Amino acid sequence: MTEDMSGTPPHHGSHWYDAEAGPLVRPYAMTGGRTRPVTTTVRFDLIALIDLQDDAPEAVGKEVETLGPEHRALVDLCRIETQSVAELAAETDLPVGVVRVLLGDLVELGCVRVSRPVPPAQLPDEKILREVIDGLRAL
Amino acid sequence: MDSAPSDRRVDDALALKILIVGGFGVGKTTLVGSVSEIRPLRTEEQLSEVGTSVDDTGGVDEKATTTVAMDFGRITIRAGLAVYLFGTPGQDRFWFLWDELATGALGAVVLADTRRLQDCFPAVDYFEHRSIPFIVAVNCFPQSRSYGAHEVARALDLDQGTPVVLCDARDRDSGKEVLIRLVEYAGRVHTARLLDTVGTEPVG
Ligand SMILES: Nc1nc2c(ncn2[C@@H]2O[C@H](COP(=O)(O)OP(=O)(O)OP(=O)(O)O)[C@@H](O)[C@H]2O)c(=O)[nH]1
Ligand SMILES: [Mg+2]
Repeated sequence: MTEDMSGTPPHHGSHWYDAEAGPLVRPYAMTGGRTRPVTTTVRFDLIALIDLQDDAPEAVGKEVETLGPEHRALVDLCRIETQSVAELAAETDLPVGVVRVLLGDLVELGCVRVSRPVPPAQLPDEKILREVIDGLRAL
Repeated sequence: MDSAPSDRRVDDALALKILIVGGFGVGKTTLVGSVSEIRPLRTEEQLSEVGTSVDDTGGVDEKATTTVAMDFGRITIRAGLAVYLFGTPGQDRFWFLWDELATGALGAVVLADTRRLQDCFPAVDYFEHRSIPFIVAVNCFPQSRSYGAHEVARALDLDQGTPVVLCDARDRDSGKEVLIRLVEYAGRVHTARLLDTVGTEPVG
């Protein structure tokens, strides 16, 4: 019997890692060594929202077959509901940079679309902020 | 095939971002966890960006990266409106993370421990220089002598009007209050800036 230790989930404590203590990782194997998304026109903010393109469900299925399991995992999560980049990374336990690259592929293929980036220094209007405050109070 | 109207229009959905920044062990994870469902989030940076000198690698494209874990929480206000919390380390060598997080952010909470107030200097500097609305939340540990909000504001040399709140990061209501104060303050800052812009509109 062989014990497959590669399936052991990495330990995540409440500690962040720094240059001194941080483990060196090479998380880009599944991106073919790429560290930047192919789609440079789309900026994937951590809270950019990702949706499946609802006009191409058949194509999505076929194209994604040719991609890796990580791509498929992202598509499957977006199928359930709209996801932020951060949620996709947390959910798949992939580093954010890797998720960005994979999402770039999916955008290229027309599988997913990304919400408009939030312009810096632009705040939502007062009504939204009021909603947020009331929502927080009601938590 | 006509696509059915979707209730998942990404462009109608709104996501707001709040940063929780603070020194080692100040209570970031505790605060994010007390107000939201918390999950670890891994981001990664080229080593050169984390303050390690790679000057002598002579332009070799080193792909090794180091992982930085952040606290990540989501609070759903209603369908299509959610607040995302990101807890990040407070040392200034992590400013590259704050850059990314601060873009389009509603504002930041700088968590402080009165026994090590200097730990939040870099974050206070950072947000002041970039005019990002922030409040200072003093996490009250039992061993620490209690300081008033004014004392903390003076010790940190905060700009007039920057709120200082005392909190217990373990307590949900206290954590909620911290976030509410930030959102209120961010709204006030924003309104003031709008008025400012109108007042100083260049003529001709
Ligand atoms: N008494 C008291 N203890 C607290 C409070 N907030 C956090 N703690 C405790 O302080 C310790 C550190 O809290 P964390 O939330 O892990 O702090 P952190 O900022 O996430 O720490 P790092 O991620 O390691 O930098 C934990 O043991 C908490 O239980 C507080 O308001 N009062
Ligand atoms: Mg922590």
